[in-house]
Amino acid sequence: MEFTGKTWKFGDNINTDLILPGRAQLFTEAEQLRCVFEANRPGWVDEVAKGDVLIGGYNFGMGSSRPAARSLRNTGLACMVAESINGLFYRNCVNWGFLALECEGIFKAFKEGDQATVSFVDFTVKNRRTEEILQGRLVPDVLLTTMKAGGVLPLLETEGLIGSAK
Amino acid sequence: MGMTAIEKILAKNSGMDVVKPGDLVVVKVGTAVLYDNNFAPSIWRDILKVHNPENIVVVFDHRVPAKDIISATAQQTGRNFVKKFDIQRFHDVGAKQGISHVLVADYGYALPGSVLVCGDSHTCSAGVFNCAARGTGAPDMFYAVTKGETWFRVGETIRYDFQGLLPPAVSMKDVFLHIADTYGSHANLNVEFGGTALPELSINARRTMTTMCAELSAEFATFEPDQVMLDYVRERNPTSFEEQYPDEDAIYLDRRTINLDEIEPLVALPDTVLKNSQKVGEVIGTQINQAFIGSCANGTLDDFAIAAEILDGNKVSADVRLIITPGTQNIYLEALRRGYIETLIEAGAVVTNATCGACGGGHLGILASGETCITASTRNFKGRMGDPDSKVFMGSPATVAASAIKGKIADPRDFLN
Repeated sequence: MEFTGKTWKFGDNINTDLILPGRAQLFTEAEQLRCVFEANRPGWVDEVAKGDVLIGGYNFGMGSSRPAARSLRNTGLACMVAESINGLFYRNCVNWGFLALECEGIFKAFKEGDQATVSFVDFTVKNRRTEEILQGRLVPDVLLTTMKAGGVLPLLETEGLIGSAK
Repeated sequence: MGMTAIEKILAKNSGMDVVKPGDLVVVKVGTAVLYDNNFAPSIWRDILKVHNPENIVVVFDHRVPAKDIISATAQQTGRNFVKKFDIQRFHDVGAKQGISHVLVADYGYALPGSVLVCGDSHTCSAGVFNCAARGTGAPDMFYAVTKGETWFRVGETIRYDFQGLLPPAVSMKDVFLHIADTYGSHANLNVEFGGTALPELSINARRTMTTMCAELSAEFATFEPDQVMLDYVRERNPTSFEEQYPDEDAIYLDRRTINLDEIEPLVALPDTVLKNSQKVGEVIGTQINQAFIGSCANGTLDDFAIAAEILDGNKVSADVRLIITPGTQNIYLEALRRGYIETLIEAGAVVTNATCGACGGGHLGILASGETCITASTRNFKGRMGDPDSKVFMGSPATVAASAIKGKIADPRDFLN
C-alpha cells in the first residue's frame, strides 16, 4: 500500500480541539468536516484534495478522545506522517481507519507542497523533490490490518456485535 | 528484570509473566465506562451483544441536563442501551449524576490492579487507584464492551517521588503546572507517582494530578498503592482486588523528586500547559472576564473548601462571572451541608449542577471572542472554552477564586492568613 500526494504541514502538539472543535462534537460527520482546523487554518478544508498527505510535528493529535482522526480521514487525505503521534490519537487512527505513520526527521525533510510517497509496506517516506528517503516506525501487523480495513467498526459489524451504520 | 507498577498491572491482565516497553499487549478490561458522547447520533452504533453487563458503567456528564436536541437524543439512546442490557451502574440526570471520572472515584469502580477504559481522555484520573486507566476513542469502547478486551502499546515509565508538605494556598494543580512547565510533554510515556509525601495527600489531591496527566500526553498515570488509597476503595466496593507495587529493581526512564515545600502558585498561559507557566506574580493584573472552578480535575470538596475560604466575606468583581461546577451531585450536596455553597453564592458565584460544562466549551459558561478566562479545570487549548479568539489561563482553585475577587489574575496568598 503506497500513496503519492501533495503535502500539507502542521507543527508540534497539534491538538484535537484544533482538528475538531468542541462546538462540533455532536455535529454530523459532514458538518464536523467543515470545522477541521477552523481556528488555526481557516479555509484549509476547501484547499485539501483527495490523496493529499498531512505532515505533522511532535505529539500530533494531543488532547481529547473525540473522533478527530475520522474527520481528518473524511477530508480525503490519503494518510498522515508525523515526527510522533499522540498515543490516544494513534488509537483513534487505527480504530477509525486513518493511515498514520511516525517518522523521525519528516518535518524538516519537507517543504509544504512537496510531493511525498508514503509506503505502508516498508514504512518509508520519499520526498519526490529532494529524492530523500526516510525510514518510519514499523506499524505492528494487527494494527495495520485494522487501519487498512477501515477501523474496528467494520470488524465488529462482521462479527455480529454491532449494527450497521445508518 | 523488575517491572514498574503499570507494567505489572498490564502483565497481570494480559496473562504475561513480563511486560516491557515496546510490547503490544492485549488485556482484559475490568471496567468499561460509556458516557453521553458515545451515544451521540454521529458516533453510536447499535450494540447487539455485550461481553459482560456487570463490567459496564454508563454516565451522562458532558451536557447534562440535555442542552439541545442532539444531546437529548444521545441520552435517550443511552437509556435504551441501559434497559436493553440491564446495566446496573447507571448515572442518569438526578441524584447519582456527575462527571464520569469523579463518579468512578466516589463509587469505587476502579479496582487497584485492574484495567479501566472510557472514551474520554481524562480517564487516566483513575490511575490514582493503581488502576491501568486510559482514555480511548469511541470505537475502542465498542470493542471493549462487546469483546471484553483491548490493546495497549507499552511505553517507558518516568517515576515522580513527592516529598515535603504543600505550602498554604498551594495545591496539586500548582504541582502539576510545575511538572508540565519543567518537563513538558510525556507523550508515549507512563508516569508513576509515590514518595514520602503520600500520606499527607488526599485522594482528591492525588486525583487532580492523575487527571491532569492527560495534558502531559502520558499513556498511563499510576500511583503506588498506600493504605489511604486501599481503605478508600474498600469503603466503597466490596470486590476483592490485587494492587500492584513496583518492583524494587523496576527500570525507569528517569526518576524525579518533587519537593512540595518549594512549589509556588503557578499560572499557565493560554493555549497549552506544556512549558508555558509563570509564577502568579508574573501575570498578576491580567484582566479577566470569567473564572471557572470545576471539571474532573477540580470539582471536589477540597477545591470548593479553599475557594469558599478565599471568597468568604469578599465579593466577586462586577466585571467577572465566577462559575462553580461540582464534580458530582453528591459533592454539591456535601458542599451545601458544609456551608461552602452559601459562601460562594453570597460572594457572587454562580453554582451549576454537576457536569463537564464550561471545561469543554459544551455549555454553562462559553466564552465570546476576545474574552479572557482563568480556569481551574483540565485544558486551556485555543478555543477550548468557546470562541477561537478567547483566551484561557489556568491556575489552582485558590488562584481562580482570588482572581475572581480582583477582576484580574491575583495571588491567592494575599487572601489567606
